[in-house]
Amino acid sequence: MKKWNLLVFLLAILCTSACAPKPVALTVMAAASLTEAFEELAQHFEAQNPGITVKFNFAGSQQLAQQIAEGAPADLFASANQKQMQAAVGAGRVDEAAIQTFAHNRLVVIYPEDNPAGLDGLEDLARPGLKLVMAAKEVPVGEYSLDFLEKAGQEPALGLSYQRAVLRNIVSYEENVKAVLNKVALGEADAGIVYTSDVNGEAAGKIGQLMIPDELNVFASYPIAVLKDSQHATQAQAFVELALSPVGQEILGKYGFMPAQK
Amino acid sequence: MAVISRDKTYPKTTRPVSSALNRSRPRWTKDAWQLLSLPFVLFIVIPLIALFSRITLADVLVTLQQEQAQQAIRVSLTTSLTTVLVTLLLGTPVAYHLSHPQARFHRVLDTLIDLPTVLPPAVAGLSLLVAFGRRGLLGEWFTILGFTIPFTPVAVIMAQTFIAAPLYIKAAALGFASVDAELKRAASMDGAGRWQVFRFVIVPMSWMALLGGCVLTWARALGEFGATIIFAGNFPGRTQTMPLAIYLGFEIDLNVALTLSVILVGLSFAILILVKRFLHNHIEASPASEEY
Repeated sequence: MKKWNLLVFLLAILCTSACAPKPVALTVMAAASLTEAFEELAQHFEAQNPGITVKFNFAGSQQLAQQIAEGAPADLFASANQKQMQAAVGAGRVDEAAIQTFAHNRLVVIYPEDNPAGLDGLEDLARPGLKLVMAAKEVPVGEYSLDFLEKAGQEPALGLSYQRAVLRNIVSYEENVKAVLNKVALGEADAGIVYTSDVNGEAAGKIGQLMIPDELNVFASYPIAVLKDSQHATQAQAFVELALSPVGQEILGKYGFMPAQK
Repeated sequence: MAVISRDKTYPKTTRPVSSALNRSRPRWTKDAWQLLSLPFVLFIVIPLIALFSRITLADVLVTLQQEQAQQAIRVSLTTSLTTVLVTLLLGTPVAYHLSHPQARFHRVLDTLIDLPTVLPPAVAGLSLLVAFGRRGLLGEWFTILGFTIPFTPVAVIMAQTFIAAPLYIKAAALGFASVDAELKRAASMDGAGRWQVFRFVIVPMSWMALLGGCVLTWARALGEFGATIIFAGNFPGRTQTMPLAIYLGFEIDLNVALTLSVILVGLSFAILILVKRFLHNHIEASPASEEY
């Protein structure tokens, strides 16, 4: 008898869970640099749209693009550069017309709070023996960092020898921007290059910043797109709209991103 | 039907035992077990086939000319072989200690040695960083002495040793324990000192186990990824081992990643065959091994 009771009970549970309106889970693939901003954005989104939960997969954009190309199920892709978004277009998962730019980002040089190498200006990055960490060139921020050094190399005040000396000081090419941030925050490296949006999180208290002037800096644009085969395209599009709305732009701004329209 | 008729073809006189077994356990159950193990076997084999079918030998040879691939192979070989040497030096005393179950703190030590093999390698890397990093527990002293460990090949070797040395220690302890106590006693009665017993009796009698342990440690060190990327970072030619190059190279140049993967699979396979073929037989034959 007891066994039967249990069975009826289980069936009842099964029925109620199956009969209730099915909650929608949006899967968002987003660049590692978007972690904090998108988490807050998702809180807003879930409050506005009861019954929808947002699940994130944060990683280097190149890794996400690869996962998307290999067929990983997802509804949205937010990349830290156009190149990886184009990779998703090339793989047939994203429609070119669906891509929208929702934020911009810039680079900043960071150092541990107590500044062990005594960094005072960009020229100090070339000092022999300095330990600099950067993201690997495969990661968007790593590519941007190399662009910055390339521009610095053409600047008469710094020059080609500067570019070479800085490159010689690199001790590690990290797998994503958060790894760069953490190694600097832990004091293992003297300096690192990250996005301005990265220095607003928890690590902010443990690091100092050196601004990179506009003429040397890189203007990184962040594209977002609903995937072609998304099962929840309308809900995913609503998330994009929220990111582009004044509220969404304000949240992104809070985390150091610049508005979508410059 | 085919099964039964096959059974009939065996002359009964040559297989008295097995035919008795066949009667108590019908042939079809045996086949069923084989059939049931097939899904898992395929699960392991198919990805390997896929890996090898994705790349041609010509591609492998072309990729091997690339500097990034050569550097990764060089870094992997030098660091992993150094790891084996370090493990031999630092691990052998631990293994000898572990081979005496009555020794003090035996159980604690035994558990401690097992820990790195079950820890996520990322945890190992982070622990090493906060211990030996520039701001680490001991790292500050190293800084005063004028050298830093993170981002150097030394860090790679330390990460590999942390993860892979327990394999050697366990195998060596097993080998040491399998040496007959009577033999040791006889040797010391004949006037051999403790070191002489170890050097001329214990080591020669357990060298197969030591070699097997070394090879396993080497294989594990070659594959180390998580602890390395956190503790040693990633720099081509300095700290970028083959697994790191595979991980980071896989978006940009799939051929580099595939080539290095194929080499690692081949190498690991060869190592395992070596261990199984020559060494396991020896260890299994030794009487005391069951205690472990």
